[in-house]
Amino acid sequence: MPRKLPSKDVVVIGLGWTGSIVAHELTDAGLEVIAIERGPWRDAPTDFPITYVQDELRYRLRHELFLRPAQTTFTFRNTMDQRALPIRTWGAFMPPNGVGGGGVHWNAETWRFLPSDFVLKTHLTERYGASFLPPDMTIQDWGVTYEDLEAHYDQFEYLCGTSGQAGNLKGQILEGGNPFEGPRSRPYPTPPQAQGFSHTLFAKAARDLGYKPFPQPSGNLSRPYVNSLGVRMGACSYCGFCEWFGCANYSKASPQTTILPVLLRKSNFVFRTNSEVMRINLDAAGQRATGVTFVDDSGEEWEQPAELVILSAYSMFNVQLLLLSKIGQPYDPVANTGVIGRNFTHQTISDVVGFFDKDKFNFNPFMASGAIGMCIDEFNGDNFDHGPLGFVGGGYMGQVQTGGRPIETTKVPPGTPRWGAEWKKAVRDNYLSTVVPGTGVHGSMYSYRDVYLDLDPTYRDRLGRPLMRMTIDFHENEIKQNKFLTDKFAEIIKAMGAKQIEKQYRKAPYDITKYQTTHLNGGAIMGTDPKTSALNRYLQSWDVPNLFVMGASSFPQNAGYNPTGTLSALAFWAADAIRSQYLKNPGPLVHA
Amino acid sequence: MFFTPAEAAAIEAAADRLIPPDATTAGGKDAGCAVYLDRQLAGSYGSRRGLYVSPPFLKGQKNQGPQDPDGPAAIYRKALAALDAYTRQRKGDIFAKLAPSDQDGILHGLERGDVNLEGVDGQSFFETLLKNIQEGFFADPIYGGNRDMCAWKMIGFPGARYDYREWIGRHNQRFPLGPVSITGAPDWTPATKT
Amino acid sequence: MLRALRHVVAPLVAFALLAALWIFWTHPGPALAGTALDSQNFAQIERGRYLTIVGDCASCHDDPKTKAPFAGGRPIETPFGNVLAANITPDRETGIGGWSDDEFVNSIRRGRSPHGKLLYPAMPYPHYANITKEDALAIRAYLNSVQPVRKKVTSDQLPFPLNMRIAMAAWNALFFQRDAFRPDLSQSAEWNRGAYLVQGLAHCGACHTPKDIFGADERSADLQGGEVQGWFAPNITGDPSKGLGRWSVEDIVDYLKSGHNAAADATGPMAEEIGFSSTNMTDSDLKAIATYLKSLSDRNGASPAPITASDTRMTAGASIFAAQCSACHGSDGKGVPGLFPGFALSLPPHAADPTSLIRVALEGARTVSTAAEPTGPGMPSFAWKLGDAEIAAVLTYVRNSWGLAAPAVTADEVAAARRSLAERAEH
Repeated sequence: MPRKLPSKDVVVIGLGWTGSIVAHELTDAGLEVIAIERGPWRDAPTDFPITYVQDELRYRLRHELFLRPAQTTFTFRNTMDQRALPIRTWGAFMPPNGVGGGGVHWNAETWRFLPSDFVLKTHLTERYGASFLPPDMTIQDWGVTYEDLEAHYDQFEYLCGTSGQAGNLKGQILEGGNPFEGPRSRPYPTPPQAQGFSHTLFAKAARDLGYKPFPQPSGNLSRPYVNSLGVRMGACSYCGFCEWFGCANYSKASPQTTILPVLLRKSNFVFRTNSEVMRINLDAAGQRATGVTFVDDSGEEWEQPAELVILSAYSMFNVQLLLLSKIGQPYDPVANTGVIGRNFTHQTISDVVGFFDKDKFNFNPFMASGAIGMCIDEFNGDNFDHGPLGFVGGGYMGQVQTGGRPIETTKVPPGTPRWGAEWKKAVRDNYLSTVVPGTGVHGSMYSYRDVYLDLDPTYRDRLGRPLMRMTIDFHENEIKQNKFLTDKFAEIIKAMGAKQIEKQYRKAPYDITKYQTTHLNGGAIMGTDPKTSALNRYLQSWDVPNLFVMGASSFPQNAGYNPTGTLSALAFWAADAIRSQYLKNPGPLVHA
Repeated sequence: MFFTPAEAAAIEAAADRLIPPDATTAGGKDAGCAVYLDRQLAGSYGSRRGLYVSPPFLKGQKNQGPQDPDGPAAIYRKALAALDAYTRQRKGDIFAKLAPSDQDGILHGLERGDVNLEGVDGQSFFETLLKNIQEGFFADPIYGGNRDMCAWKMIGFPGARYDYREWIGRHNQRFPLGPVSITGAPDWTPATKT
Repeated sequence: MLRALRHVVAPLVAFALLAALWIFWTHPGPALAGTALDSQNFAQIERGRYLTIVGDCASCHDDPKTKAPFAGGRPIETPFGNVLAANITPDRETGIGGWSDDEFVNSIRRGRSPHGKLLYPAMPYPHYANITKEDALAIRAYLNSVQPVRKKVTSDQLPFPLNMRIAMAAWNALFFQRDAFRPDLSQSAEWNRGAYLVQGLAHCGACHTPKDIFGADERSADLQGGEVQGWFAPNITGDPSKGLGRWSVEDIVDYLKSGHNAAADATGPMAEEIGFSSTNMTDSDLKAIATYLKSLSDRNGASPAPITASDTRMTAGASIFAAQCSACHGSDGKGVPGLFPGFALSLPPHAADPTSLIRVALEGARTVSTAAEPTGPGMPSFAWKLGDAEIAAVLTYVRNSWGLAAPAVTADEVAAARRSLAERAEH
């Protein structure tokens, strides 16, 4: 029988980006807030200090900062007629664990989605006609617009000190920025990062081909910064140990470096680590959340009552908690009913490796940051005419190489043996003169009827709960999209002066062993219709009005950008709605 | 710590074929790749600590990831025993004692899937072995391989440094400083006068 | 060597003087004239509360376990051993509720409690001696208003013969000068306020003035740096190369208020002081302190010449610095204001005594988070990664680059610091 703790105004499940943002906003509103975090406290001097963080084996290959699959994992299959098997070790993605969540290990690539991304269904139907879209594609409009979110994108960027070059300032297109971006109300808070040789060369080649390259917006700061809360950050030193690593010198935006120093000082905020929420509790009618039940690291169960519940765990765990708490109708892909688990998406990633003459090109690949890079956006979203092409969607592409860590970045030209004397010689001759962009093509993945989440019937976690089951494969649309984009990207790599290129198209079937970003989205999506969405436009549950569900689980489909900027803007947007509307009059904010 | 002398001999021999010594850089054996692997298999990598090892272990598609009830430690034990048994039968001696060209032939065979080891998926074992040996070659020397940072010196990777602000803008120029490891570099200790 | 002498000479001297001084020193002091206490005078109580912040009474007298204000029990380190801070809540049995006002004022200004019991100078009464009667009574009024706590604290923890408080009689005779504060009329009111605070309630010299073998202040080296609890409290005179002469008044105020300024970020005992005390002081008091400190000179000893860059310790140190230190502290040694100390202007790097510098390199450091500067970043420990010669090399490099000059740090000094820090950790 769980012991009951004193009631709080708000319980926040998961203290990552969205949990920290909402906890900060609601404590400012005077509420008593408790955050419950499954993982440990994480801090630079103790978890990723400059004395030993530069360790590719430990942090990248052995997943030091990530969730241990033994704690919980997922099962995976491509199609409904297969049996899903457990992901016993991470491959395609790596869920975070601990205070700061993904904000500790991310690359800090800080993008905004396009205006058209938020009204995708309407937009594509208007431009191309409904029959242009595959019949099993389930894309939807979000219920919010870019204009709704602009001020909150700005809020997040000024919280982080994001380094970038504005491309569209209140409607005016500026040289050197992204000409396709939605209009922004003011410039980035700090100037763009410096670029390395290969990144600069890519931009030159892109320009020569008629594109408009711009620096990737970066949460690795170009200069020291004091943010809107008075918290200070340092300047990025291009160490090349960014994604999968924590930042040792306080120059990567994370909850720890931007919000937590202020949040932790507040007398109306407390948090618990190493405490896993088992379920959200509902009243007898099942229409109101009464708080959560969690288990601490000695296995003891506790109940934390609260008036308002914020579900802000990593996307997959948001969906799992909703299913386990029996909130919202589970999605049935055969009957096409229900909402929890539908519109699950990932990202469509590919790369082109370029091999250059070692006597003419020295790229120093080890000098980089997580969000360094020169990109073009001509082939993102609906920025180009898809009519003749037979697919929808797209992504940014760029030389966004984040480092030269040798275990993973010692490439050899196609045809070279994979081991032996020739391999060794090729590694020696090519390391400094090879361009390995990584997520060079960062394409969208739209949603489909048969790509979804539910609970696995066989496998359970250490607490006896069913694992989340992912049913996901690439559809023809994304394969075509990726072929097109990869070919365009290859042209630019070649134009840089590569003597040989290797195109690595993304191919079906979806492979759980190959890393392709941790951008898992959907499953508890926002929308305007409770029959096809779990949340209203304020991320409030249609079923349980005192529950708000943050994060990328709210995305009806994914866009061709990294998700953190958008999910953080949505967190500010939802917190604003809670403060200005919900607290004054608790109840449904939207009547559908 | 993990390998028996016979196993260690096989791994060292394999390491020297996968990464042969040459005039400028040590091979896998002298670089310490077997030492690296020995420690990894004795530790949490070998025992799969932190991974999901609950049954049932069912065979699926390759893209569903490894579903082997055996972890790396068990796989290496089985595979190395099976490998020596195979070469004794086909080539008259254990793997470590074969001529290098014969060793290469066996390794190619494993890679292609032609060499069938008793009780173990030889092709899958080869992929794991190749990955592990290359890891050991390029990882920080604290793990036992990459002795004296020989692999990093070979390619020009400066190692566990952290500040390139003065270099990021120097395009197409060689970075002049040698590598440092997590435990430091030789020039960190002041030279004492004799 | 000196440390051993302290344990031997002081008690011998005390015994030698014991007989001669016994009668004279046990007479109670004269009754005090001055402002009577009024328990309803809230202005006086509030003034007293502020003065306890300036004097940082809480950091010694708060109960370390229950956090009950002023309830005592915290061990205070002295070179001779530990004493426990007294319960100074108004409890009549176990606190000071039964004392008269005169007895209270005598105790903090003269080091004597009722019944003639003498206090150890762990209670910095030699510094509090200059407090005006008005201020002392305001403090009394405030302490009378706090929650009484019934808790007996036996302050005496020192080994025999140092636990014989009568020995303090001799110590006081030799070293305690009961000066009331006398303003210097040639200086501004602000300077005088600063002098009153620094030499009195703020008791800066308790840490920042070197001690002789008896544990008393070296008056001739006032505020020129002192060892305390395994740290070195630096020279805070206005000397530009040995003290804080290169800091502006604003730099000093920022540091005391927020824990940070353009070059320095407080850690260790000073971080605690700032967090409890000076962050809550008025800006005008902090400015007064800064004005006074900057006026002090240090003529003791010349500044050293820098060690040349080609010295083998410097070249090794430079290599280490580039790989491990510049990412935060900058290749130009300027750090990041408010975040990472800049060596050229931060004090510990060029202090004659490198104790604090060595300690931070070995243990790492966490700076203070204040309302004005909440970030609170930390530096990791290098003890496991660098050997004694390497730490000595990189610290020598830091002390002799960017226009700084200071004696080299030796491997032996680092080795000794490791040992003493290990002992300290065990207690």
